[in-house]
This record gives sequence, structure tokens and C-alpha cells, in this order.
Amino acid sequence: MLFEPRWFRWVRWVGLAFFTTIVLLPLYVMATSAAKPLRDVQGEFHWWPTELTLRPFADIWRTIPLGRYFLNSVLVSTAAALCSVLVAVFAAYAISRFRFPGRALFSVTVLSTQMFPGILFLLPLFLIYVNIDQLTGITLYGSRLGLVITYLTFSLPFSIWMLVGYFNSIPRELDEAALVDGAGPVGALLRVVVPVATPGIVAVAIYAFVTAWSEVLFASIMTSEQSRTLPVGLQLYSTQAGVYWNQVMAASLVVSVPVAAGFLMLQRFLVQGLTAGAVK
Amino acid sequence: MADRPGATGAARRAGAGWRRPGLAYLLLLPALALELLVHLVPMAVGVWMSFRELTQFFIRNWSAAPWAGLRNYRVALDVDSAIGASLLRSLWITLAYALLVVAGSWLLGFVAALLLQRPMRSRGLLRTLFLVPYALPAYAAVIAWNFLLQRDNGMLNHLLVDNLHLTDDRAFWLLGDRSFVAVVLVSVWRHWPFAFLIIMAGMQNIPTDLYEAAAIDGAGPGQQIRRVTLPMLRPVNLVLVLVLFLWTFNDFTTPFVLFGAATPDQADLISVHIYQSSFVTWNFGLGSAMSVLLLLFLLLLTTGYLLLTARRRRRAV
Repeated sequence: MLFEPRWFRWVRWVGLAFFTTIVLLPLYVMATSAAKPLRDVQGEFHWWPTELTLRPFADIWRTIPLGRYFLNSVLVSTAAALCSVLVAVFAAYAISRFRFPGRALFSVTVLSTQMFPGILFLLPLFLIYVNIDQLTGITLYGSRLGLVITYLTFSLPFSIWMLVGYFNSIPRELDEAALVDGAGPVGALLRVVVPVATPGIVAVAIYAFVTAWSEVLFASIMTSEQSRTLPVGLQLYSTQAGVYWNQVMAASLVVSVPVAAGFLMLQRFLVQGLTAGAVK
Repeated sequence: MADRPGATGAARRAGAGWRRPGLAYLLLLPALALELLVHLVPMAVGVWMSFRELTQFFIRNWSAAPWAGLRNYRVALDVDSAIGASLLRSLWITLAYALLVVAGSWLLGFVAALLLQRPMRSRGLLRTLFLVPYALPAYAAVIAWNFLLQRDNGMLNHLLVDNLHLTDDRAFWLLGDRSFVAVVLVSVWRHWPFAFLIIMAGMQNIPTDLYEAAAIDGAGPGQQIRRVTLPMLRPVNLVLVLVLFLWTFNDFTTPFVLFGAATPDQADLISVHIYQSSFVTWNFGLGSAMSVLLLLFLLLLTTGYLLLTARRRRRAV
């Protein structure tokens, strides 16, 4: 803890006021603009609405098929999060408890893919999905299934990394006891480790959900009108004849609140996971 | 007593269970298969594509695409041609963008973490509030900024011209030279909370005795920061800066959502550049060659960074 002279207290309050302002200002404009009638957002900007209205929140569902995009996003993100957690739990358990050749190589490869530019995978993946469709009839390109598969691998490396840290912090004696009682390693994982690691697993699930919910690059290429998700759908408000800025702001708020709330609840776990990984 | 040898035998068997690689590979199999399908195979395919004349006629029949040798690379690297010149330009812009965003985000995150280091009543609340820009879905935040930066009905111009009277001219923030400023601004706003989060976690791990000792020696806040906080944060900072750099360098969402289809030349970041040159012309071969070059560039940069910081660390020891 920093030891501070008295004048430093003033510096602190000024500084914190500055940060509060830069964070709140855009959020304030978002919230008030969403409650403005259309004429208010088309003319010159004003800090306060001439008339407070909740109509934009009703209109957003009619201007574009926002309901469908919302449903698509919910389905895709939920499926990606569930599958990602399932796959990550098994992989993390293997890395945390077993000693096997290729263990380090696997960890490094998986983590490093996280750092590569998404654009590198986009073109080949597009081509692969189009051709899988032609060969097998399984539609991955333009379908929700394709998005789920793509997104779940995006969150996989970080999820595995976090869960390995989490599992490592669980004493081996716990699952050893289960093994002695005759459970196999998978039984020990499911009956002993998973219940203890539930907070970490929930954190990873939320992380995977948020990742899928916010992805733009692949969604912009890999979706059709039927499977379109929110990140792409929301941009349609601005391609209309005039931009309904009040509706755009309302829609942005509606799609933000659930995930932002999830993320903020998760922050403590995220920090733990990140620092645990950094220490090792 | 009779139980014990049996129990240790069972425990040994349990340990032996963990040494069975077969099961470990089985547990890893789903993750491995997915990583292969979405990351590793596409990477290999991407390299393969970059050596092909893969234009729109061959998308559905890619194996028929003619061999191009190094032609795609030659086109991408030929700085005298329009394509090569604009790629190089985009690379410089992206580099400047990434460096500015990393510097700005780190600085804001560090200062905010420093100010919130002391326990106080509003600490938890402010900490959560400061994380909000990072917690919003990126596209929603950027769409909001798009509105704030509108010339005629945006908040920023209203604030600068009508409220603060700093300037008389209503600037186009999303066109021309200012578009670069705009994209950096938005990106810093989105990323600094991440730096804040990590630096704050790092600061919690600095033992209080170090500050006490420094304070007893008469060090003021400035010296405590320089002699205690920064050196102790070094390992955290090294990782943080690299991660932030790679994220912003590869950033697609911010420029794509902020500018829509019409990216201004001044803010032509590399991911969007490659995306647009691939999907506008449907020349996937060339696009792949550019992606591979981008990857090589990043690998080179990352390796250099890691070597440099490792060497300095060794010297420091």
C-alpha cells in the first residue's frame, strides 16, 4: 500500500472524478438517447431529452427482426458456452492430473492459437465449411451449428488454462481418495473435482458465453439472414434510410445489460484465473 | 494394520491411473479435435491457399485452383504496386494504432489502479464502474461511440464546440485524418479497464513492508511508485503489454463497427484491410498470403519482445 502525504488525497479525488467522467459520459448518452424521441437524436445534440419516452425500446423489435437475432445469439452463445465448458473440463483435468508425452506441447499450441489474428482463420475456415457442406451435406457455413463450433474453440484455450489453474489448487488427495474407493479417474473428476470447482466452472461458462455473444468478424461472414446474430444484426439500424439513433442506443443497451452484468459478477474469478496462470 | 498395505497399494494404483496416457489422450480428444478443425487445419489450409490462384471461380472447387507459386506474396510485398503499397501503409497505421492504444490503456489503467489502491468506502463501487467499458459487448460500445462521434448530432462536437467553446469548427470524426484519432480514442476507452484489472491484481501482491521501508527512508509517493510499485509490477506488465498489443494489433471489431463498410484510408487497420481486400475481390489466395505475412510479422515481433525482455531480466538478476 502506498504511503501518501495529505496533498495526495486531492490528487486521488480529482483523478477518480476524471475516470468516473470518462466512463459515465458515453453511458449517460447511451441511456438518455435511448429515451429520446426520434427528432431529438436527428437534430443537434442535447444533454436532456425534450420528452422522455420508452417507445424506442418497443420499436427496436419492429425496425429489424431483432427478436430473431436475439434468439440466435442466445442459442449460439449458450450452446457454445456449454460445449466449451464440457470439453474444457475434461482437457483441463487431463493436463492437471496426468503426466503424458505431449502435455507441454498441447498447452503451448492451444494457448498460442489465442494470439493469432482471427483473419488468418477466417478465409480457410470459410472455405472448409463450404466444402464440408458440399461433401457431407452438414451445413456449417451460414448455420448456427457452424458458429457454435467456431465460437466454442475461441473460448477453449483460455477456459482450459483457467480450469487447469483451478484444478491444480484442489488437493490431489481428494480425488485420490475417490480412486481408492473404486471410482475411475472420470468418476473422480465428476463426483469429487467438479463439485469443488463449480465457481471456476461457472466463471469459465460465463466467459465463453460473453466471447460468443460479442464476436463480430466470423459472424459477419458465417451467418445468413436466418442465422444472423446480434453483432451483425445491430448494424442494420444504420443501413436504414435514416439512422434511428434512439433505437440503436436502446438496442445496444438491451444487448449489453445481460452480459455486462454477468461479466461484472465474474470479475473476481477472472482476476484469480489470470493471476494464477501468470504466476505459474 | 492389515488394511494399510492394501490401501497404499490402492493409492499407488490410483497414482498409476494418472500415469495412463491413454485415458489422458481420450480426455483431451474433444479439445484436440476442435482445435484441429478450427485452428490448426485452417492455418495449414491458409498457407496452402496462399500459394494458389484462388479466386471466386474456385471457391466451391478449391482443389482445382491453379498453382501460383510465390506470386501472391510477390504482389502483397511489391510496394511499388497499389496493393503492396496500401498493405504496407495499413501495416504502419496498425502499428501506430496498437502502440498508442497499449500506451494509453496501460497509463490509464496504472493511474486508476494506483488511485484505488487504498481501501476506502467507494472502492468496490468504483472498481466495478471502471470495468464497465470492458464488460460491454465490444460492438455495442463501439456503436454507441459511433453516435457520440457524429458530426452534426453527436455528443463530442456538442461538448467541444457549444459547451466548452474550444473550437468553432464541427469536425468530421469518422472521416479523414481525425478518424485515426477516433479509432484510437474508442479503443483506449474499451481496453484500459483490462489493464486496470490486471495491474490492480498485481498491486495487491506487492508486500506492504516494501512501502513501509521506503516511507521510513523518506520516499514520497513518486519515489515509492518508481522504486517499489513499478519494479514489482514488472512481470505482470511484461505479459499485459504483450497481450494488449496482440489484441489491438489484430483488432477487427473496433474499426469494422466504427466505420462500417467505408473505412477511411487514415484508419485502415490491417485486419479490416485484409478482410476487405479478400471479400471485395474474392481473391482468397492473395488474402491468405497477406494473413500469413501478418502472422510471420507478429511471430517475429513477439519473439523479439520475449528475447529482449528475457535478456534484460537476466541482466537485472
